Amino acid sequence: MSLARHWRLQDQRYRLMGTQCEECGARMLGRRYICTRCKSRNLQACNLKGQGAVYSYTVVYDAPSGYEGLVPYPAGLVRLDEGPLVAAQLTDVDIEEVYVGMPVEMVTRRLREYGEDGLIVYGYKFRPKLKDQV
Amino acid sequence: MRKVYITGFGQTRVQEHWGRSARDLATSSILEALERAEVEGADALYVGNALGGELTGQEHIAALIADFAGLTGTEAVRVEAAGGSGGAAVRLGYIAVASGLQNVVIVTGVEKMSDLAGPAVEEALATSADEEYEGVQGLSPVGLSALLMRRYMHEYDCERRDFAPFSVNSHQNAVNNEYAMFRRPITVEAFEKARLVADPISLLDSAPAADGAATVVLCSEQVVGTRKRATVEIVGSASATDSVALHDRGNPLFLHAAHESVQGAYAQAGVAPEQIDLFEPHDAFAILSALSLEACGFASEGQGVRLAMEGEIGLGGSIPICTMGGLKGRGYPVGAAGVYQIVEVCQQLLGEAGANQVDAWVGMTQSLGGTGATAVTHILKGPR
Repeated sequence: MSLARHWRLQDQRYRLMGTQCEECGARMLGRRYICTRCKSRNLQACNLKGQGAVYSYTVVYDAPSGYEGLVPYPAGLVRLDEGPLVAAQLTDVDIEEVYVGMPVEMVTRRLREYGEDGLIVYGYKFRPKLKDQV
Repeated sequence: MRKVYITGFGQTRVQEHWGRSARDLATSSILEALERAEVEGADALYVGNALGGELTGQEHIAALIADFAGLTGTEAVRVEAAGGSGGAAVRLGYIAVASGLQNVVIVTGVEKMSDLAGPAVEEALATSADEEYEGVQGLSPVGLSALLMRRYMHEYDCERRDFAPFSVNSHQNAVNNEYAMFRRPITVEAFEKARLVADPISLLDSAPAADGAATVVLCSEQVVGTRKRATVEIVGSASATDSVALHDRGNPLFLHAAHESVQGAYAQAGVAPEQIDLFEPHDAFAILSALSLEACGFASEGQGVRLAMEGEIGLGGSIPICTMGGLKGRGYPVGAAGVYQIVEVCQQLLGEAGANQVDAWVGMTQSLGGTGATAVTHILKGPR
């Protein structure tokens, strides 16, 4: 478990940082150096707003170490309004209520812990969009 | 470029081998393959192994296996491409012989999985995904494949039970394979009732993690010339990659790397999908079989599941798959799976598949890493 490994990802974990291509306009999740669509190197960092809709979803019953305490937990691929997909856990929702197309928004939540005296990793999850915003 | 032949092969049964370690399993498959190939040693040993470090604390496994298999001194290197490690190792062996640099190479796939269980194995398997984006969200290959399956069901209007024919076929074919882990058939009803692992994927459409090793010996034409036994020729070999993270792919339901690698292999072999007599796909999950069939041109997009429902993937169908049980029925020792596939196609092409024998001259394998970020395709041709 390395502190630096998580610290250096704070922009993408807390602010859902993305990359925008200045040539073709494509937006990508996280930091990229070469556009995945047009191969341009003329890219700029951008913030993604964290609003989108469920593209697909699952409920995980057999989890990797570090996530057993959460089972069963819903996770999804979310299509962000700006275009990119993002894989994330879904939160504040009943498993039965999730559907493809459900409007969701990013929130910051605890992702995992490394033991009693260990690091607590925070990052984005997605919850159903609050009604007054839909 | 020179022709490359498979002159020997060997395999251990896939199961939880409590009493046997990776070096033990690998060695027995190597000795069996060398005997059949009628050679004493080789110019190099390529070892497909995905998780030795994660699961058993043993990296540097190629030198270790070379030593225990009586090949001390021989060049040996491990090849890692997650679930595609075995296929990637065969590909490197192929390149070595085809290029003229080496005349006899041994390719072994080995995985020792049963020393750990449950979440620890799932954590190891999750290392094939994009750790910073997928792994940290608690998503391992089963969760990611479940996301593909749910979207597939949504886009192509099908249900979970429609995927049952893949697992039913694999288990049926494993019954007669003495090297298979699950030598018993399953029913559609059992498939429907099986416990969910990552909804909509259940225990009965997930290939079981288990221990095993398989080996092939690859030779150049000049070495083959002195042999009396029939051999299999590798007539197509190609590999390609895609984004590791599902979210970075334009259309996650199209396995781009699988398509690219199969096109390369078809072109080299000079064949079309209609000329493939059997296909061993990477059926870690039923959804991956469906997507592979589509990427390889056996079905159009959204029709892979229909192909299985119509019975075309059975031993008597238009494109038999998982003819010796596949990953689901034979078992899934991760880094070894791609080599098992090659061994099984050799059995079919040489008429040694017993009760599962299909009328085959040209067979194909496809080894995938992760959810298809690595794809290695091989096309083999039999002696007739």
